[in-house]
Amino acid sequence: MKRNTRIIVISSLVLVGVMIAGGALYIVDETQQVVITQFGEPKGDPITTPGLKIKLPFTQRANYFDSRFLEWDGDPNEVPTRDKRFIHVDTYARWRITDPLLYFQRLRSEQGAQSRLDDILDGETRNVIASHDLIEVVRSTNRAFVVSEEIGGGAGGVVSDSIEFGRSQLAEEVLQAARTRTEDLGIEILDFRFKRLNYVEQVRQEVYARMISERQRIAEQFRSEGAGESARINGERERELKEITSEAYRQAQEIKGRSDAEAADIYAAVYNRDSEFYRFLRSMEVLRSTLDSTSVLVLSTDSELLRFLGRAR
Amino acid sequence: MNSQGSPLSGLNRLRPPNIPPPRAVAMGLTALLGILLVWSSVFMVQTEEAGVVLTFGRYTRLAEPGLRLKFPWPLQTVMNVPVQRQLKAEFGFRTASAGVRSEYARGSFDDESLMLTGDLNVAVVEWTTQFRINDPYRYLFKVRNLFDPSGQARLDTFRAMNEAVMRAVIGDRSVNEVLTVGRQEIASEVERRWQELCVQYETGIKIEQIVLQDVNPPDQVRPAFNEVNQAQQEKERMINEARAEYNAVIPRAGGEAQQTIQQAEGYAVDRVNRARGDAELFRELLAAYRRAPEVTRRRIYLETMEAVYPNVQQKIILDASLQGILPLLPLPKGGVIQ
Repeated sequence: MKRNTRIIVISSLVLVGVMIAGGALYIVDETQQVVITQFGEPKGDPITTPGLKIKLPFTQRANYFDSRFLEWDGDPNEVPTRDKRFIHVDTYARWRITDPLLYFQRLRSEQGAQSRLDDILDGETRNVIASHDLIEVVRSTNRAFVVSEEIGGGAGGVVSDSIEFGRSQLAEEVLQAARTRTEDLGIEILDFRFKRLNYVEQVRQEVYARMISERQRIAEQFRSEGAGESARINGERERELKEITSEAYRQAQEIKGRSDAEAADIYAAVYNRDSEFYRFLRSMEVLRSTLDSTSVLVLSTDSELLRFLGRAR
Repeated sequence: MNSQGSPLSGLNRLRPPNIPPPRAVAMGLTALLGILLVWSSVFMVQTEEAGVVLTFGRYTRLAEPGLRLKFPWPLQTVMNVPVQRQLKAEFGFRTASAGVRSEYARGSFDDESLMLTGDLNVAVVEWTTQFRINDPYRYLFKVRNLFDPSGQARLDTFRAMNEAVMRAVIGDRSVNEVLTVGRQEIASEVERRWQELCVQYETGIKIEQIVLQDVNPPDQVRPAFNEVNQAQQEKERMINEARAEYNAVIPRAGGEAQQTIQQAEGYAVDRVNRARGDAELFRELLAAYRRAPEVTRRRIYLETMEAVYPNVQQKIILDASLQGILPLLPLPKGGVIQ
């Protein structure tokens, strides 16, 4: 009995050793999927669940494929848009192996897949970019720009409110076109996006020049607004000054006139009581105020005062 | 191991004396195996981490921080993921050494930061993305080359997503918005879209914050932007100066106008009062005059003459009967009153 147990233990250990050495046991990681082939002939469904798996040793081979979202990074390309502007377009996409067997048959390895994706996506990108204006690629919506007070109104460069497609829809177009072309490759492109868009160097310089002139325009506008506003305030000042002084003059003259008239009335009323006496009194006053040391008086003895100088009568 | 009666027992005598017996070797091996077994069954999870336990490559459970047990290798393996740590990625610049006064790596990251705005201008946008791993399973197993903390990788899904989203948002804003008023709005819009994308790609990442750093016009254009600021200041200055002059003149003119009016009022009161005084005087005088006209008239006349004559130095008195003498007189300048 003892000997039998020993034989069983030893032979099972040997069996496990042989299975491991022959590759009957294999592990599928969370990130992997496997296609089993027997002398090149695919056997059974692809294994997409992770864990410890069993296959025939020696004769069967496990071909591992990634089950994650894989990256594809576009080659930064110089592409002309429909309005003949050259831009650098850098794109990326996410894809996944959905049918490992088909993928294995069509593309063999990831290298093959990447190069197919290069062909398809770069080509579609070119097509889509070349058939749309630059503004369609840059903008996503017809969203109105927020105009800030400090910068001044309408200070933008190229303002377009007729975006027909927009960035995300163009990306969607590329994605759809590429999807139909990758259907039979066992892969699925999940997402395609424009990562970077930039002017090529020469165009960039032109754009900078335009931006500079635009800023200068705005600066001039500010200066002119300043000068205008200052002139307006100066004018207002002058007008108000004239208004104030002339109004004061008018009121003063009115007051003076009224008082003069009142005085004249008073005088007239009282002097009219006896105008002859008034004339006499005023003459006397005038005499007092006009005769001084430089005057020469030639008096006749006929006069009221000197009457008695001649002859006392 | 019973070797009694075995044909091998004779060989024992041939063994060199310094080699340990097989029993000792077996014991030593077992001990070594035991140590290895324990060593590969115990693992540590740091405070900020979560341990992902895999059984033959299959996700089994999540281990909390602390000293934990698992089945030994090759049955179970562990991957630690820093789920509590806030991770950060920089775009358009790199912090060389963080500190109180952080230093930034030299060199140009224009490729990352240069972008087209919606009015086809160019802006340089630098930003950081702060995020956490909230689903270690997805983070580890759903996306290849998701995130390289060193920031060196060129093919990095995380960076590509960031750039695509930021550029899409900037592409829908004017350069003015990007540089001035739109900053906060851009950050929150990027945050929103970014989170959507993270869910779509099954990254297991949760966005915490997008922080816009320096947002500038390109270097070559910057002087022109400064000129605008300058012109803006100039405008303010001109307006302020005009206002200053206005303020210096107008209130004063108002006061002076009041002065003029008050002076006129003064004149008016003066004029009327004097007229009333004069009138009163005349009335009184007239009343007296009427009581004795002849005498009063003469008295006034004589009083006047009395007051007037002493002032006049040259007086010539002629007899009423004399005629034709006047032309002979040497008349001084002044006047003659008859």
